[in-house]
Amino acid sequence: MEVKRPVPQVPPAGWSDFKDLQEWEKYHQERGPDDKTSDALAAVADAIHHFPGGWIVTTSTDKIFNWARKSSLWPVTFGLACCAIEMMATFASRFDVERFGMVPWASPRHSDLMIVSGTVTIKMAPMLKRIYDQMPDPKWVLSMGSCANSGGPFRHGYHVVKGVDRVVPVDVYVPGCPPTPDSLMYGLLKLQEQVARFQTTGSRPTPTDPA
Amino acid sequence: MSTTPAAATARIRDQFGVEATAEAATLTVAVPRERWLALARFARRELGCLYFNWLSAVDWKEQGFEVLCRVENLEAGLVLMMRTRLGAAETHCASVTPVWKGADWMERECYDMFGVVFEGHPDLRRILLSEDWEGHPLRKDYAPDTPHAPYR
Repeated sequence: MEVKRPVPQVPPAGWSDFKDLQEWEKYHQERGPDDKTSDALAAVADAIHHFPGGWIVTTSTDKIFNWARKSSLWPVTFGLACCAIEMMATFASRFDVERFGMVPWASPRHSDLMIVSGTVTIKMAPMLKRIYDQMPDPKWVLSMGSCANSGGPFRHGYHVVKGVDRVVPVDVYVPGCPPTPDSLMYGLLKLQEQVARFQTTGSRPTPTDPA
Repeated sequence: MSTTPAAATARIRDQFGVEATAEAATLTVAVPRERWLALARFARRELGCLYFNWLSAVDWKEQGFEVLCRVENLEAGLVLMMRTRLGAAETHCASVTPVWKGADWMERECYDMFGVVFEGHPDLRRILLSEDWEGHPLRKDYAPDTPHAPYR
C-alpha cells in the first residue's frame, strides 16, 4: 500500500481540512511513522516553524514546557468543605475539566495543583501545609471560595485561618460561596493562562537581596 | 414507677426541696452545685431517665457558669432538663459520666469550650481544639481575634 505523505511546507492538518470524522481518522491511520504532524503539535503551531526540506521544529523551551504543563494540570483531590461539592461537580462528567487535561489525582506527589476548596481551620492548616510541601515543583494553588480567600463568614471566628494565603502562596482566587462550577472552570482557565507564561529558563529577577 | 410529669415534680420536691417547672412533658430542675451528681443519680435510678441527650454550659459573665444537661425517659416520654449554677469565678462541677457513659465526650467538649472542670471525669482532655490551644473560646471574655501563631 502506498502511503501518501504530506508535503512538509503544508501546515499540520487541522479539523477544517477534513469533510468529516471518518476522513480525519483515515488520514491519521494512513500517515507514516516519521510523520510528526498531529493535531497536538498544531496547538502550539504559533511557536513552531517548519524549515524547508525537513521536519526540524524550533520553539522555545519555556513555551513547549509550559504548554505541556498547562495541558496536564493534575489537581490533588483535597476537599475541605462545601466548596468541595462544587469542585466534584466540576470534575464530573457534566462540566468535565478532563478536556482541559485535569485529572483529579489522589496523591499530592503526582499533582501540580492544589484546589483549596473550603474553610481552613487553624487545626487543619498544618496538614494543608504538609500536603502542599509533598507536591513536587512546579506547583500551583487555587483558592476556591470566600472561606479560603479570606475566612469568609467565619473570618471573625476563633478557629479559622483568615485566608489560605497565610499558609501557602496562592496563584488564583475564585470568589463565591460556594463558586459555581462555571466560576471554578473560569479560574482554572485563568490559571492555565498563568502557567503558559511561567518562566523556568533564562534570567529572572531575584526576589530579595540579602545584603 | 411513677413517671408522669406531675408525679416526678412531686418526687423531686420531696427529695431535693426544689420546685420543677413543667412545660408539657419537659421538667426543668435547678439544683445547687453540691447536689448535681445526686440529682443525676436520682434521675437515672428513680425517674428512669436512661437516655442522656446533651450537656452544655452558659457563661453568665460575672454571675459565673451554668451547666445544663438534658436526659429523657423514653418509655414514659419524660424529659428532664437539669441545670445548676456554679457561682462566680467557679469552674468546678461534678461529672455525670459515672451515671451516663454518653456524657464523656459532651463534658470534654464543655471543658474544651468553656473550661468547666468536671471532677470525676475519667479522661478530661480537649476534644475539638488542638492540644496546645490557649484559652476557652466560648467564654464571653475570650477575644475571637486572639493571635494564634503562626497562621493568624
